[in-house]
Amino acid sequence: MTIRNTLRDHGQRYRPRMACLKKAEKVVLEMQDPKTGVKSQPQRLVITTIPHAITGEDIIAWLANRFQIDAQEARNFGSMLAALGYIYPIQDHKRLVIKPDASLYRFQTPYFWPTQQWPVEDTDYAIYLAKRNIRKKGLLELHEQEQYNRLHKWMNHKWDFIVMQAKEQYRAAKERRKPDRVVFECQERAYWVVHRPPPGTVSGMDYGLDRRIDPNAEEVKTPDFYEKVMIFTQQSIMRPRVKSSVSLGALVKYCATYNSHDPFLSKCLPSNPWLTDDVTYWTLNMPNVETPTKKRVERWTFSFGELLSDQRGRNDFRLFLKKEFSGENLAFWESCEDLKWGTAGTVREKAEQIYKTFLARGAPRWINIDGKTMEITVKGLKHPHRYVLDAAQTHIYMLMKKDSYGRYLKSPVFKETVKRAICPEEHKFSQAQLEQNARNRRPSVSPIVLRQQELEQKAKMAASVDITQLCRFTTPVPHLAVYSGITDFPSSNASPSLPFVTNTPVCPSPISLALDSTSVSERRAEPGEVGGEGNSGTRAPATGHVSKSRMALSLRRLLRRGCTPSNMFASLSPKCHSAAGTSSRIQPISPDQPSQAPPRRIGNFFQIKVDIPPECRIYPIESEDEDEESRAASRGGGVGAKEIICPWESLTPQNGTG
Amino acid sequence: MKMACKGLQTGETLSSLKRESESLRKKLEEERRKLADVELNQAAEKVEVVGALSIKTRRLLKGHGNKVLCMDWCKDKRRLVSSSQDGKVIVWDAFTLNKEHGVSLPCTWMMACAYSPSGCAVACGGLDNKCSVIPLSLDRNENLAAKKKSVAMHTNYLSGCTFTGSDMQILTSSGDGSCALWDVESGQLLQSFHGHTADVLSLDLAPSETGNTFVSGGSDRRSNVWDMRSGQNIQSFESHESDINCVKYYPSGDAFASASDDSTCRFYDLRADREVAVYQKDSIIFGASTVDFSLSGRLLFAGYNDYTINVWDVLKGTRVTCLFGHENRVSRVRVSPDGTALCSASWDNTLRIWA
Repeated sequence: MTIRNTLRDHGQRYRPRMACLKKAEKVVLEMQDPKTGVKSQPQRLVITTIPHAITGEDIIAWLANRFQIDAQEARNFGSMLAALGYIYPIQDHKRLVIKPDASLYRFQTPYFWPTQQWPVEDTDYAIYLAKRNIRKKGLLELHEQEQYNRLHKWMNHKWDFIVMQAKEQYRAAKERRKPDRVVFECQERAYWVVHRPPPGTVSGMDYGLDRRIDPNAEEVKTPDFYEKVMIFTQQSIMRPRVKSSVSLGALVKYCATYNSHDPFLSKCLPSNPWLTDDVTYWTLNMPNVETPTKKRVERWTFSFGELLSDQRGRNDFRLFLKKEFSGENLAFWESCEDLKWGTAGTVREKAEQIYKTFLARGAPRWINIDGKTMEITVKGLKHPHRYVLDAAQTHIYMLMKKDSYGRYLKSPVFKETVKRAICPEEHKFSQAQLEQNARNRRPSVSPIVLRQQELEQKAKMAASVDITQLCRFTTPVPHLAVYSGITDFPSSNASPSLPFVTNTPVCPSPISLALDSTSVSERRAEPGEVGGEGNSGTRAPATGHVSKSRMALSLRRLLRRGCTPSNMFASLSPKCHSAAGTSSRIQPISPDQPSQAPPRRIGNFFQIKVDIPPECRIYPIESEDEDEESRAASRGGGVGAKEIICPWESLTPQNGTG
Repeated sequence: MKMACKGLQTGETLSSLKRESESLRKKLEEERRKLADVELNQAAEKVEVVGALSIKTRRLLKGHGNKVLCMDWCKDKRRLVSSSQDGKVIVWDAFTLNKEHGVSLPCTWMMACAYSPSGCAVACGGLDNKCSVIPLSLDRNENLAAKKKSVAMHTNYLSGCTFTGSDMQILTSSGDGSCALWDVESGQLLQSFHGHTADVLSLDLAPSETGNTFVSGGSDRRSNVWDMRSGQNIQSFESHESDINCVKYYPSGDAFASASDDSTCRFYDLRADREVAVYQKDSIIFGASTVDFSLSGRLLFAGYNDYTINVWDVLKGTRVTCLFGHENRVSRVRVSPDGTALCSASWDNTLRIWA
């Protein structure tokens, strides 16, 4: 750790301070110009005459005029010059501020300017204090006294030298003319106020920590360095860029579009909570509110990204997609996001799950991506990593953006939302009411509690499975696991659903949605199924189960079994077996685990305890007669592994492994 | 004789390399200029001027005993976390001024702190060279410091940290010159980003839905845009004259602003690949330490070492107003998630909410 003597050595040499000092110097020189500078004259103070004294108000006026700024800013600027030590007050010498009155100041002699190249050393300070001690015969200020004692202790070994120097300087000073001596003493005292500030004052010299790189050191340039720079520059030259008129035009347009939504530029309706202490604005704009405001809905029309990033907007869009039977696109996109930003340890498992649910042939929620992208993706899935689905995700995102989004904005769903959106009246509080509001500020629900509620809600949703029907899925317990410390994979009822980590109180995980919604073919057989529920969160997962003809079933079965060559890809997960009868969950591969190790309880760290209802532990009944769709949908990787096989897995547990 | 010749060769190689590198750089500038058909003030000619703003301090958060170095808003728009020089991290409900959580960490100079997207954890770090994640608890008596988990390990001080898309990943910048992406659960380093030749002082994640990029700025006066997937440096800008203290994306993700010790803030258009505005004034000679945009991107709030916050009109390049109030350097400014307020953290031990 390169922390140098930051308390003592106020890094004269370091660039972080140098930049402003040079500029300050220029200004100070201008101020001292005899013709155009600040008016200075000798001032009488008590018994002495102070030469070249200037008043606070003159300084402020000059600065205001020179920089065309108002008095407050000029005063602040002047005070900063004082804080740096370029100007010092004659009266009230410990407060380095410019007062807007007839208080007197003087310019500091360049000898004592902070830009000089020597560090401000303790030795010098010790000499100064010793000198003052001699002069004032022991009457130092309290903080000076303390410093003196401290230095005496630490510099004991050179104290003789210090005292000798002090005496010498004292003697030399006496030989000067009195006025000069007084001035010099003043200047010196001012210097030390700047560099050894009295307690309770702010030091203008304090710049914080040193940075690791010494900006004044020459950057060592090796041939290698230049090579790298040149390669990078070459690449930069080749990079496509856009005409400024186009890109700047877009930036300008963005500002214009959002102008009426910017609380600093337009009124918040009903009122900005920070201004009126009334939180209606926040209440009306909660993430999962039933009826959004008109302004909020308007934002969804600005871009697809806006729609997606708003919880409520995304839900509305999801509803629309459901009616269009293309909900899998959004579900896929959400699953990809979850993969990208989720825990590294779950990447493999999630990737496989996504593949089985969305990408594999005959997947329950198959998404339509072009052959090339599919090829790249499947290839990448051999060695899954966070960005393995990037190409597919981008493709689907663009599809939704260019196609579904436009239709959504014209759809009845959206039109209904717009119609119902509210436009609150502006608050008009009287002064008394405002004071009342200020007294009645209330805390809000903690995000931790909201999170707990969200998870409980999901658990309940998962629990509210209609067991008279063949349940087609289990619960989203794993995403509870993220926060409840239990990630017991194979033996638990943990289904392969993805932890859903975005901040959505009542939004089910992408996979649970994926699981519960019916596949394409099934959907087509359920014309009346499309419900009109708003937030899908309130919908019970089991939404009716349509049985298909046996013919259709067996055909599907045939297709699945026959289509994927078992040895197309080398098996990467020897644990990935579809052992008969048991929940053949694919264990996440963790680096320090032997491949056949028992499931690891990943004790974690976010400890939100949630009551997991026992009903969650419901498995679909495994039988050949059961609807394959449902099993595939429910387990994805579990029992369904029999039906949907990842191309890199072997067909049977026995062959192809290891 | 031979030795002398060799020396000469190396010297020649170095200087010729330098010349070559310089000419390439000039070529890049030329390419950039070719497409620079308008300047920002031209593009914004028809835009109305920003009216007078009446921004005042609405809340004063007192509680830190030492310089407040960093702060971050919670997604709920009213809570925030702040960290200070004495190792204290405080979570506030800025609206009611309640301090909801407080942790005292053994490390001084907590230069970076961040609120997790779910609002259930905070991350912080500084001179300990680490970034730690602390899960928050509803139990006020719980010792949060005990639950602290060290995630990121750098070889020098931590200057910035942010959660990415979830509570599970953090992105950090360090005085050791690198940035890195970490998995919270395992502490695993997922990706590292090398390219700065000096301390990296700040970073910001791109707001775009499809983008996976972030920008960083450092003591080498450069701001770099990185691809999170490959670890590659995709764009670089070098126009500041001194250390870059802070970088922040424009809300659309197509541009970013930077604040520097050279007392200017600059605006870079990523698609046009060049600097398009410099926000400076004669009367501003102190370094800018922090910047943030208002919701529409029209206003740029910049905190300076002369204790003030200047509000710039991004499109016109003019200074709209100046906010006074702090009694020491402004170390961090952040606009709240819904744009309703600005929070500033300062070395005067306080935080202020402006609206």
